[in-house]
Amino acid sequence: MQYMLIIHNDPELHPQPGGPGWDQLMADYAAFSEQLGSYTGAPLNDPSTATTIRVRDGKTLTVDGPFAETKEWMSGYYVIDCDELDQALKAAAMVPSAKYGSVEVRPVAEM
Amino acid sequence: MPSRGGPVDEALELAYRTDRGRVLACLIGIVKDFDLAEDALQDAFAAAAETWPRRGIPANPAGWLVTTGRRKVVDRLRRAAAAERRHRVWGELSIAWDAGEGTGPIADDRLRLIFTCCHPALSLEARVALTLRSMGGLTTEEVARAFLLSAPALAQRIVRAKRKIREAGIAYRVPSPDQLPERLDAVLTVIYLIFNAGYLAGSGTELVRVDLCDEALRLAGLVVDLLPDEPEPLGLAALLHFQDSRRSARVDADGRPLTLEEQDRGRWDRDKANTGFALLDRARAKHAVGPHQLKAAIGALHTGAPQAGRTDWATIVLLYDRLVEWEPTPIVRLNRAVAVAMADAPAAGLAILDDAHLSTELDDYHLFHSARADLLRRSGRLDEAATAYRRARDLTDNTVEQSFLGRRLDELSASFDEPGSTVSR
Repeated sequence: MQYMLIIHNDPELHPQPGGPGWDQLMADYAAFSEQLGSYTGAPLNDPSTATTIRVRDGKTLTVDGPFAETKEWMSGYYVIDCDELDQALKAAAMVPSAKYGSVEVRPVAEM
Repeated sequence: MPSRGGPVDEALELAYRTDRGRVLACLIGIVKDFDLAEDALQDAFAAAAETWPRRGIPANPAGWLVTTGRRKVVDRLRRAAAAERRHRVWGELSIAWDAGEGTGPIADDRLRLIFTCCHPALSLEARVALTLRSMGGLTTEEVARAFLLSAPALAQRIVRAKRKIREAGIAYRVPSPDQLPERLDAVLTVIYLIFNAGYLAGSGTELVRVDLCDEALRLAGLVVDLLPDEPEPLGLAALLHFQDSRRSARVDADGRPLTLEEQDRGRWDRDKANTGFALLDRARAKHAVGPHQLKAAIGALHTGAPQAGRTDWATIVLLYDRLVEWEPTPIVRLNRAVAVAMADAPAAGLAILDDAHLSTELDDYHLFHSARADLLRRSGRLDEAATAYRRARDLTDNTVEQSFLGRRLDELSASFDEPGSTVSR
């Protein structure tokens, strides 16, 4: 089965580029990703860089940013292959940012 | 199920009560699918109701039900062979089938089943419902009644949980050794919750209450049998026996709850308590302490005291000190404070309760205020005690608890000399 590990972070609690703890975090991510072997995934830029589109009656509406005013935002993801949920939960607990934010584990729906 | 009351109906009823869980566990072990196994179980009971009156009751009803259920799964799968998922199950089924005739390794299946039902990825409500439905001898209606739910609401909760097990890929197996302590704890927590749901239920649901307590005792015994080398299940089983031994002494003739001090110790069930002591001895022999064993040891000290006044509170405080290391929850710290008050002086317990952190965390919990009121009363601070009792009474919706706290308030106002004093305000 495939699972998506969705990483949520509160930027006030999470290390920032150039700030304390950042280099260690990057090293931890490199080690974690290597341990995963095959995966797809990426870090995401922050929500102030986002653009949201909607298509209604054939017209595309484009607006700046997401609507949700939440403190935590999705900061990256992995998609990994596992035999069962426990494996995916184990991997999720090893995501370096899990120490600061949260990691949601969602099975990829089989269509 | 038809209830004409003949020997066949009695045998069916008995099989439903005692073998349902085992048969279901075995079928799930074979087909690896909750829904399919439950359908097969229903089919097997339906077939029994039809066949047993004509051909007689089989010597081994559980074995008969498993064999028939398995055959019914094959029938069902043949009819629905198109779906891809079913093909996979079909493959596993033929492997399991080749492995041998008979009822198979029932113990392993039941162990896998209870770990799956109690997986922490499921909500606590779902874990309780699934465990009672899959492992127990209670019907959906009985479980629903015990948790004040409608049968359809409970059924929906179970359907949702089973869907998550399937869609999220929760494996049907015993967890790996590195995960076992955490996952075993989740299983024991569910069983303790089931027991307490029965033990703490209000009045007027007497029968249901006893059902849940008995069911929890049975499940704890089952886990002890399935994992005989683990000390914590033994600890839980001991704890439940100690608590259950006080079952009939817990309330007075009017159904009002009595504190440990007020209970008639002659009414405690000595046989049950002795079983508890024996279980705790077995746990201790494993030399690996854990939270359930510590709670059981506290229960043992209460049970072993011939009078409330002779309770070994000093040792109970030491046990709570260790328990706080395992479970640093506000509730455990509250209980520890009460023990300190008993071992030392009410003021010592009050000092712990009035710690800013704890009193903030527990401000909405009625037992915090009633424990605090009790200690204030013992310290002679009656005005403050009355305020705390009233706060406790306002925080609970349980009418039995309310009347208990009301009784305490009455006693308190009786201890004032002046009529119309601050207490009755």
